[in-house]
Amino acid sequence: MAERETIVVTGCAGRLGWLLVRRLHRIEGVQVIGIDRRVFRGKPKDVEHFRSDIRRKQCEDLFRTHRVTAILHLGIMHDPRRNAEEHHTWNMLGTQRMLEYARRYDVPKVVILSTAGVYGPRPDNAALLTEDAPLLAAQDFPEIRDLIAVDMFAQSFFWKHPGTETVVLRPVHIVGSVRNAASNYLRLKPIPTMMGFDPMIQIIHEEDVVTALALARKPGLRGIFNIVGPPELPLSMLIREAGKAALPVPSFGAVSLLERMFRLRASGFPAPELDNLRYNCTVDGTRARDELGFTPAFTVREAVRRAVFDAIQPVPDTELDLPPCAGELPLP
Amino acid sequence: MPASAPREHAVSRRFDIHDPFRASDADEERGTDGSGHDLLHLRELAETKARAGRVASELLEGLGELLAVARGFIDSRLSDAELDRRLGLLLRNKNLSDYGVDPFGFSPVYLRRILPLLQWVYRVYFRVESFNVDRVGHGRVLLISNHSGQIPIDGAMIAGSVLLDLDPPRMTRAMIEKWAPTLPFVSTFFARCGQLTGLPENCRRLLESDEAVLVFPEGSRGISKTFKHRYKLSQFGTGFMRLALETGTPVVPVAVVGAEEQVINLYDWRALARLVGAPAFPITPLTPLLGPLGMWPLPVKYRIYFGEPMVFDGDPNEDDEVISGKVRQVRDRIQTMLDDGVRTRRGVFV
Repeated sequence: MAERETIVVTGCAGRLGWLLVRRLHRIEGVQVIGIDRRVFRGKPKDVEHFRSDIRRKQCEDLFRTHRVTAILHLGIMHDPRRNAEEHHTWNMLGTQRMLEYARRYDVPKVVILSTAGVYGPRPDNAALLTEDAPLLAAQDFPEIRDLIAVDMFAQSFFWKHPGTETVVLRPVHIVGSVRNAASNYLRLKPIPTMMGFDPMIQIIHEEDVVTALALARKPGLRGIFNIVGPPELPLSMLIREAGKAALPVPSFGAVSLLERMFRLRASGFPAPELDNLRYNCTVDGTRARDELGFTPAFTVREAVRRAVFDAIQPVPDTELDLPPCAGELPLP
Repeated sequence: MPASAPREHAVSRRFDIHDPFRASDADEERGTDGSGHDLLHLRELAETKARAGRVASELLEGLGELLAVARGFIDSRLSDAELDRRLGLLLRNKNLSDYGVDPFGFSPVYLRRILPLLQWVYRVYFRVESFNVDRVGHGRVLLISNHSGQIPIDGAMIAGSVLLDLDPPRMTRAMIEKWAPTLPFVSTFFARCGQLTGLPENCRRLLESDEAVLVFPEGSRGISKTFKHRYKLSQFGTGFMRLALETGTPVVPVAVVGAEEQVINLYDWRALARLVGAPAFPITPLTPLLGPLGMWPLPVKYRIYFGEPMVFDGDPNEDDEVISGKVRQVRDRIQTMLDDGVRTRRGVFV
C-alpha cells in the first residue's frame, strides 16, 4: 500500500481553494495542508493551515517536515485592482517557489491552475482552440502578462523536470460563488453588453473545476488541459439564463469610457475585459475528456444560479450534492 | 484615360460601364487614343447610342422578367412547411446544444427566421439560376468559387442554391474575411448563419465533420476587383488545396456569373480603405450621388454553375510549386466555366 497522500493547496482561503480543500479532505487517506496568508474561514478541523505568504522562504519548512505528494497551486492572483508590482511578484515568485520546492523535495505531482483566458479573446481566434494555440491574451491586455508567464513557466518546468508530473489546467470562465470577473459580471444589474456583438461563451461551475483539480492527481497524468464545462452558448442566452436584462452599449467609445470608470473606481472591470464581450475565446476540451476523464456535472443554469443567487447568502456548510466521480481515486 | 480626351469618348466610356457584354480590347484602344477623326467619332457616337439602346431595352426586358418572376414567386415560393421540412432535413445529424446553437455559433432558429428573406432575394431580386447543384453531393466537400460583386452576396446565393435548389438540402459553411468578426452586427449575423472566419483550423474542423465548406481563394482581392477586371480570376490562395489533400476532400469548382455587374467598382480607393480598416473601398458611379448607398446591388441575374468534382491526392506538405500546380487546375476550370457562362448568357439582367 502506498503512503498517505499529502496535498499542499496554495490559495486555500479563497472561495475555490476552500471548495477544493473541503472536497479533498473528505477523501480517505488524504492529508490536506493549505497555504494562504489570509484568514482561513470555514477550515475543516483536520486540515492544516500554514499561514504565510507563498513568496516567503518559511514555506519551505512545510516541505521539510512533511512528505508532500502533490502541490495544487491555486494561489495565483487575478485581481486587476492590486498594484502591478505586487501582482507580478506574487504570481511569478510564488509559482517559482512552489516549482522550486517540488524539484528540491521530489514532489511527484504539481498542478497549476491557469486559465483559458491566456489565449485571449480575439477576432481571428479559431472556433475551438486546442492546447497548442498560442497564448496571445497579453497583446491587448498587458496586465495579464504574468498569468501567461506563469503558464509558460509551468510548461518549461514540465520539460526540464520530467521527474515531477506537471499538469496545467486551463479552465474557461469559472462561475459560481467565486469572486472572479466572470461571476461578478453576471451579478451586475443590468448586464452591459457590446451592441451588435454576441460572442460564444463557455462557463464552468466552480465545483466542476474542483473535480478537475482532484482528477489531475491521477498518477501518470501530465500535460496541459483545457477544462470545458457545459456546451458554449451565445452571451445573450447566458444573460437570459441569469434572468437579467442586457444593456447594449455601443462599442464606439465604450473602451475609453470603461477605462475612465476603472480609474475612478466606478467599475471593477479593466477596459480590455470588453474584448470578452466582443470576440470568441472558446476552447476545445476533448483532451481533458479523453486523458483526464473529466466530464462536467453542472449545467449552465446551475452555474449561473449559483453565481447570481447563492453568492448573496453564505453557502451552508452542509453536504453539497456532489457528482459520484468527484474526488475518489484509486491510489497506486 | 487622359483628361484631354474628347467628350464623346467620355460618354461612350460611361455607357461602357453598363454594357452587358465585355468591352473588347479594340474598344478600349479606340476609347483611349482615337482623337481628331470626326467621321470616326460620329460612327462611334452612333454605336454608343445603339449600345445604350440595347442596354435600355434589355433593362426593360429584365424589369418585365423581374415582375413576372415576382408574380411567379408569390405562387411558387416554397411554403413555410417546405422551408421547415428543409431545415429539419438539414438538422438531421447535427448535434446542437440545449441552447440550439452549434459550437461555432450557428443557430438554425435564426436561419429559419431569415430564410424567407433569403428566398426572396434568391428567387426574385437576383432570379438565381443554378446548374448541376447536385454535384455538391452528400459527404465532405470544398466548394471553390470565384468571388465578385463588392458585397459578399455571391456566398449567400451559393448557400441559397444548396439550401433551396438541392434536395435533400445542405448547409454551406463559408470561410469569411477576417475583418468581419470585428464589425458589430455583421459578426453576429455571420456567426448565427453558420459562417466562420477563414482559418485553416476552422476549415479542418468542419471538413472532418463532413460539412460543405465554401472557400473563395481569391479572398478580398477577388471581391473588390474593379469593373475592367470583371470575370478575370485574380491570384488564388493555396490553403484550400492543402486542406483538401489533408482531409481527402473532393473539390467542386463553382462559377458565379452575374455578380460582377451588381456593384460597379470604378476605382478602389486604397487610402480610404486603410483608414477605415476595410480590405477595399470601391467607388461606384452612384457613389457621388448616393454616398454609401452607391453600393446598393443592382438586380442583375445570377447564374451559378457547379462543376464536376475534382479529386486530388498527394502530400499536403508538398512544396508550394506542386500545390500551386493543383490550384491552377481548379482555377483554370473555374475560368473556363466563367468564360462559357459569360459567353452564353442572354444578358446581365435577363
